[in-house]
Amino acid sequence: MLAPADMPTLPRDKSVSRSTLCKITGLGLAGVARLLAGASIRWIASQPDTCQRVYFANHTSHLDALLIWASLPRLVREITRPVAAKDYWSRGALRRWLAEEVFNAILIDRTDIKVHQSPVDLMLRQAGETRSLIVFPEGSRSTSGEVGEFKSGLYYLAKKRPEIELIPVHIDNLNRVLPRGEFLPVPLLSCISFGPPLWLERDESKLDFLARARRAVLSLKE
Amino acid sequence: MNDIRTIALVAGVLLLLSGVTGVGQFLKRHPDRGIDAAAVRTFNMRIRGWWVLCTVLAAAFWLGSTATVTLFGFVSFWALREFITLTPTRKGDHRALFWVFFLFTPLHYVLVGLNRYDIYSVFLPVYATLFVLARAAVAGDYKRFLERTAKIQAGLVVCVYCLSFAPALLELRVSRGPEGLSQLSSRDANFRLLFFLILLVQFADCMQYVWSRMLGQRLVAAAVSSNRTWEGLLGSATSTALLAAVLWWAAPPFQPWQAAIVGLVVAVMGFAGGMTMSAIKRDRGVKDYGTLVVGHGGVLDRIDSICFAAPVFYHMTVLVIGS
Repeated sequence: MLAPADMPTLPRDKSVSRSTLCKITGLGLAGVARLLAGASIRWIASQPDTCQRVYFANHTSHLDALLIWASLPRLVREITRPVAAKDYWSRGALRRWLAEEVFNAILIDRTDIKVHQSPVDLMLRQAGETRSLIVFPEGSRSTSGEVGEFKSGLYYLAKKRPEIELIPVHIDNLNRVLPRGEFLPVPLLSCISFGPPLWLERDESKLDFLARARRAVLSLKE
Repeated sequence: MNDIRTIALVAGVLLLLSGVTGVGQFLKRHPDRGIDAAAVRTFNMRIRGWWVLCTVLAAAFWLGSTATVTLFGFVSFWALREFITLTPTRKGDHRALFWVFFLFTPLHYVLVGLNRYDIYSVFLPVYATLFVLARAAVAGDYKRFLERTAKIQAGLVVCVYCLSFAPALLELRVSRGPEGLSQLSSRDANFRLLFFLILLVQFADCMQYVWSRMLGQRLVAAAVSSNRTWEGLLGSATSTALLAAVLWWAAPPFQPWQAAIVGLVVAVMGFAGGMTMSAIKRDRGVKDYGTLVVGHGGVLDRIDSICFAAPVFYHMTVLVIGS
């Protein structure tokens, strides 16, 4: 497997060619999402920055990626790409357009994961040297409201690109705004908290790292 | 604004606000007066809040009664958001809540704007309640059923139904002046009445604080609120009654003695509202609705007193007009 750093940069840079319509839709959706979810945004011992980062968050609702993306300042938002499930986001022309053109998302095929085409490699290749990512290490939305165990993707991300800042994000109350299986939102107040960056420690085992990352998300709850 | 009473009221309020702003700024610049700096900061924040309140109200009044009803509608919507956010509901309530927010609350305010008292007086307490009960049952979740539905109903009644009686004052026919009174000045009278209510509620809140600080000995319910005392309640009720009697000329249908009773009742109801919201907050373990979500002012903290006072004020006004 090639390390992504050795990969040639992708010739097509979507954010440059993004049309005005996409930009306006993006701005509008970001505004609507923040208004509807009554989102208050907190940066706890952390600052928004345009350096390359991976935001990892607990997953509670379909709105999660949109809201984290919308919570970032516009300049940061423009270089940040949510990682989303292909089976959901490529269904229907509108969804696909939103995912690919507006949110500039990286779509991952959850059903067809191969060794030579691992999601982590795909993400890193698409992120290149400058793009930040939004990932949900739990893999799927939790139904109980608890934060589930993290899958190993985040660890491999950190191992392959140890210099990228990993920012824990905690999403509170959004599962009540749009729970699993619902399509009409209830406009309650939610809270998005960004925490201080963490990195993979030297000699840290996979399980230790994943547990630490999960604790970092949970610690933002208060 | 061609009414001498309106002009007098506006001038009086401006003078009072400028006065307290001056005092607040003076205390801020002279921290050596032996007054607690935190108290001065709270005082100045309160004053800024009043300026905002008065500006928003003035703009709404100037735009007319539809704008004012809409403004109160949005305040209700936001307060209900805070209320439901704070009280845990289950997934089975989701659909019911959707309709509560996007159908019942707006429709109720439309009915208030259309002055259909016959419908809006029962719309939320009866029909919305029945709907919420049935919808939650159909959703198939029976866990803590009555508790959950009661929470939603309490939120609707306090945040939406009760508060809407404040803008409903604008639809009352209050002026009993000489025939040929212009349409405009009768509308002015309604706005004065609404402002009179808000003024009394704010004043009662303040007096409650001041009297509690000065003479407060016996807490009403230590477990619920650590700063509401019987002395504060008594002092606030008396001073608010006095203020109402002095300002009786601003509130169209009232004689001075009637205004005094209204002031007294408003102060007691405001106290009741504050205590109720404190109890809910204590149960949920938060200090105020604003701290739940950083950056949001906590609308519910600001309006709890007026929510409780508005319906009583409305019906007392109707009684006085009717007699």
